[in-house]
Amino acid sequence: MRYNLKQWGAVGAVALILPACVTINIYFPAAAAEKAADKIIDEVWQIKKGQPPADKPSPDKSNPDKPADTSGAPAMNSTAPAAP
Amino acid sequence: MKKYYISLLFCLSSLLFSTLSLAAADLEINTPAIAALKNSMQARHAQLEPFYASGAVGLAKDGSVALRDASLVPLPQRQAANNLVSAENSDRNALYKEIATGNGHPEWEGEVRSTFAQRWMQKAQSGWWVQSASGWVKK
Repeated sequence: MRYNLKQWGAVGAVALILPACVTINIYFPAAAAEKAADKIIDEVWQIKKGQPPADKPSPDKSNPDKPADTSGAPAMNSTAPAAP
Repeated sequence: MKKYYISLLFCLSSLLFSTLSLAAADLEINTPAIAALKNSMQARHAQLEPFYASGAVGLAKDGSVALRDASLVPLPQRQAANNLVSAENSDRNALYKEIATGNGHPEWEGEVRSTFAQRWMQKAQSGWWVQSASGWVKK
């Protein structure tokens, strides 16, 4: 009797999870759609990589800036004691 | 008891598969129909660009382009501008539809459209007009 209850529980869990798998595949893949849109728009508008709209700072642009800033800071410090 | 564990294992593996299928999700955009639409839009862009820059044509929030101020187009060019806008919109509609149906989900067309609408606006050059929720704004 107890076995049967547990088995039913397991069957119930599977019955709950299996439809969930199906549901996930039906969801609209928003991230993939954004990626696809970006690719198509870049081709249609002939946007070269690393040339995003000028008015909006993009993560691609800020990353190369950061190492430049940090490499610039030690260089300034090392020249400062040398000058006097 | 053994049977219970087997069922549990099955549940866990089905969960794993569900996450795998989620990770593998990617949209197919390399079909001949999409390539043809892309080429046609790319060729038209050179003609549309001056109208984007002058503000006559803007990027609408529904993923289309709109002739938002015809008075900015010199009268002799007005008909040409209208034709460009309607040709561009029919290509864009076909593109959104093709992406949805090409991936086996015609019902995704609306979501593909709104995704594109956001990306067109985000990638628009400064000085171009885009339609936000509250109305037309110059980037």
